[in-house]
Amino acid sequence: MSMWEYANPKRFMDWTKPVLPWSFGLAGACLSVGLIWGFFFTGDDFRQGSTVKIIYLHVPAAMMAINAWIMMLVASLIWFVRRHHVSALAARAAAPIGITMTLIALVTGALWGKPMWGSYWEFDPRLTSFLILFLFYLGYIALWEAIEDPDTAADLTAILSIVGSVFAVLSRYAVRFWGQGLHQDTSVPVATGGRTVDDTYFYPLLFCFAGFILLFIALVLMRTRTEVRLRRIRALEARARRA
Amino acid sequence: MIALLLRDLRLAVRAGGGFGLGLAFFLIVVVLVPFGVGPDQALLSRVAPGILWVAALLAALLSLDRIFALDFEDGSLTLLATSPLPLEGVAWMKALAHWITTGLPLTVAAPPLGFLLSLAPEAYLYVFVSLLIGTPALSVIGTFGAALTVGLRRGGLLLSLLVLPLYIPTLIFGAEAVRRGADGLDPFAALLLLGGITAGTFVLLPIATAAVLRINLR
Repeated sequence: MSMWEYANPKRFMDWTKPVLPWSFGLAGACLSVGLIWGFFFTGDDFRQGSTVKIIYLHVPAAMMAINAWIMMLVASLIWFVRRHHVSALAARAAAPIGITMTLIALVTGALWGKPMWGSYWEFDPRLTSFLILFLFYLGYIALWEAIEDPDTAADLTAILSIVGSVFAVLSRYAVRFWGQGLHQDTSVPVATGGRTVDDTYFYPLLFCFAGFILLFIALVLMRTRTEVRLRRIRALEARARRA
Repeated sequence: MIALLLRDLRLAVRAGGGFGLGLAFFLIVVVLVPFGVGPDQALLSRVAPGILWVAALLAALLSLDRIFALDFEDGSLTLLATSPLPLEGVAWMKALAHWITTGLPLTVAAPPLGFLLSLAPEAYLYVFVSLLIGTPALSVIGTFGAALTVGLRRGGLLLSLLVLPLYIPTLIFGAEAVRRGADGLDPFAALLLLGGITAGTFVLLPIATAAVLRINLR
């Protein structure tokens, strides 16, 4: 038995059913711990004041916005290579969640930017790349909605996500051309293993990271289940029309 | 391949409209900008590189949906797909034909329009060069977008939503090259990156375009 067995729609529905409440529960628990700890039990920063606490929403949402796109890319590739329908549906299911995360990151960033930088929006390289990512999500979702035949739609959106990824990376580095921006460096440099955030803020932040990841997984599973059911309804309707 | 290119060029010229329309649109956008931001010379010459590039981009966008739509409707795209010429080659030629009918006229028309926006004198050369290097990328990216939306009845709006984000890197480097030229800085880094994008898209994107066409013709 290989891992691809789980891509069978029937098996997928079977194993996700018990997993779903657990992932939602864990996500809720992690988020409550992280957010309550972060909002009420950590002190204010000496320069940023209480606005420092936006980090608990902003950074995890920004991380998930990028990771959701990567997940869509991987799911699209799997659909291309092995033609598992659940994979294509998962990519479709992840897109609206990804765009929401992008919006959360943009809005919380704007709210933080007003008191700190003195403006809601700056055409800073990092901010601009996120705006571009938002546009890519928009195009991807619109293409899914526009095409009626589900297999064609899955194929075309898969190609769009591959080409889009290349251009998204290209745009990310292209905006760097404007020079160093206003946005500070990453809060959690994974590559170097270093730390730029004080422990006081870092531990609640870790819970928020876990919470956002789990929430994303739970939402994707739930939306994929909905898509699978939608497919089944369509198939039943088609059969009823033929009969 | 040459025959296909010549056929597309002939169709574009004889069918009327499409050929001059993009240029007229380019002119109108450039003329509208001073109405929008006011006739202040200093301000206009500051925004001129960006305006010229954005206008060229929109003008190129205008004629994209024709690339495949007519051939798809009358069935000649199916014939092209079954011909010995690989579909990648068809996509390549379509992009080239689009560039010759849209990108090249825009490139030639852009420096004279710079006068309307009181473009800095040093920048005229770079407007021409950057558009010459950059507009092929616009055509080939647009061909990909046109292939994605070819089967849709109202693909026009969707096409712009899909293609415009892909235009961003080209726009950044193109406008930046002109701006640096206008400020007397060295624009070659931007021009080289622009050339890199054009070369890369011309090699890689027709493959994706052909894949998309195969799916749409299935």
